[in-house]
Amino acid sequence: MSTQPLNNLPRHIDFDSKSMRLNHSRRTFTNYAVTALAILATVIVLLPLAVILFYLVYKGASSLNLAFFTHVPAPVGEEGGGMANSIVGSAIILTLASIMGIPIGIAAGVYLAEFGQGTFFANAIRFTADVLNGVPSIVMGISVFALLVQGRHFSAFAGGVALAIMMIPTVTRTTEEMLATVPHAIREATLGLGVPKWRTVLSVSLRTASPGIITGCMLAFARVAGETAPLLFTALGNQFWSVKLNEPIAALPLQIYVYATGPYDEWHRLAWAGALVLIGLIMVSVTLVRIFANRGVLKGGS
Amino acid sequence: MLVCACSIFVIVLFIFIILILRSQLSLHAFGWKFFTRQAWDPVSGDFGALPFIYGTLMTSFLALLIAVPLAMGVAIFLTELCPQPLRAPISFLTELLAAIPSVVYGLWAVFVLVPLMRDVLGPFLVKTLGWTGFFDGANFGVGLLTASIILAIMVLPIISSLTRDIMTAVPNSQREAVLALGATRWEMIRIGVLRNSRIGIVGAVMLGLGRALGETMAVAMVIGNHPEINKSLFAPGYTLASVIANEFSEATSDIYLSALIEIGLALFLVTIVVNAIARLMVWAVTRGAPGRAS
Repeated sequence: MSTQPLNNLPRHIDFDSKSMRLNHSRRTFTNYAVTALAILATVIVLLPLAVILFYLVYKGASSLNLAFFTHVPAPVGEEGGGMANSIVGSAIILTLASIMGIPIGIAAGVYLAEFGQGTFFANAIRFTADVLNGVPSIVMGISVFALLVQGRHFSAFAGGVALAIMMIPTVTRTTEEMLATVPHAIREATLGLGVPKWRTVLSVSLRTASPGIITGCMLAFARVAGETAPLLFTALGNQFWSVKLNEPIAALPLQIYVYATGPYDEWHRLAWAGALVLIGLIMVSVTLVRIFANRGVLKGGS
Repeated sequence: MLVCACSIFVIVLFIFIILILRSQLSLHAFGWKFFTRQAWDPVSGDFGALPFIYGTLMTSFLALLIAVPLAMGVAIFLTELCPQPLRAPISFLTELLAAIPSVVYGLWAVFVLVPLMRDVLGPFLVKTLGWTGFFDGANFGVGLLTASIILAIMVLPIISSLTRDIMTAVPNSQREAVLALGATRWEMIRIGVLRNSRIGIVGAVMLGLGRALGETMAVAMVIGNHPEINKSLFAPGYTLASVIANEFSEATSDIYLSALIEIGLALFLVTIVVNAIARLMVWAVTRGAPGRAS
């Protein structure tokens, strides 16, 4: 870590400035006021989290039963039904996305950290990945729609592609950062023994950084698991049972959206239950990752 | 490796090219005026994006207005004031807010925030700030203000965690130097920390802006979905992202679809520019410190 020189300090502090000449009690008061405001802000920020989690459990838990996990949605007007097809559909789409997104992301990260360090090209890729990370997910949705769906039909595969595109930049950046924490001495030791570079990367750098890389992949996975917008025009959603890759498929976030914006109380009930299941899956994976990360398995990251 | 690394360029180029190709129809029909026209009439094929641009800018601006002071407060608390054992749990909790999917925020907003807005918050605002003219008209609970509040909650964790990283990157010697001159803790934060990190903080706020501009599902569920420009914050509105989400699957004519894709293109270009500038600003400040993927 570079320490910044202190030579820009005197410019910032004007010893004759008004604030410095104010009397002591006024300055102490401001100090306490700001401290109080910062604590208040933290409380206000944690409040929505508590309220949202409370409502999810309060409204969702009562609707969770076996039928929720084993039945497909009931026809309009009928009681009961579940989201079995959405859960399976989400699993299929996410598996597809992971198969496509994670290897490409890791490979790109390996290039950035091991082969292209410091080159203009690598910096450009890193920058593009960061920018791509901020592109709204709905833009991915319409692009994949235009490429794979328009003129053909909605499919689970198109949904997987849209989510894979969203995973790539996240996986790339975390892989790169995790590889950057591997000490150079380890690489040099292997290289010194005459091991070729590709072998060093594969069995030394990647193996050392693997817990961190797995963490990054799980975070990327959790991030896209709740995505709805890109699936609207690719996977489309489906009220019936379908596991085919070239047909419209149900997904948990899509079903929550349909149920939440629909007019029936029965639908609202199922929407809350679906949201509870979705958030449960995401929270469990994120929490596991954090505990894993805090155990000291990886340093420098998250 | 190189091929995969290039795929990131390819993805960006592919999105750009395909959006331009598929919006040709609308680009030719309306030209640049597309972004300054108010018309949105799918039946007669007359399209303009101004109401959506207004809705997007207004909700994002209000969201930042609410979120930035709170995020700054959290970041200051976490880096400078918080007792060490509480630091990790609190930052973990604020980051959990970022892990909640948009559609779950939307669900919560529809059933909890909207009634609250209609029955409690709305009447209160009319009584106290009604004279400003921003709270005229019927208040159904859905509208620009409700969407802005939910957006604020969603961009908060992004801004606060980035700001925290930036403030952590300020070397301790800076703080010690200011304290040694007799500054109070707040003066130390203001002079020693905030001044050194202001470029990065602006960058963090812009990254939050980028997120707010493109947020889709939660906004689509509570903004009211009506393409009009109205001074009142209770009035229903529409944003660039939510109009695509709502109308894409109903777009029957080619020109309708093309107009929606052109809106997507505009959204893509704007978020790319905002994010690129923001990244450069954050990089300029945190360079040297261990980076983070956000």
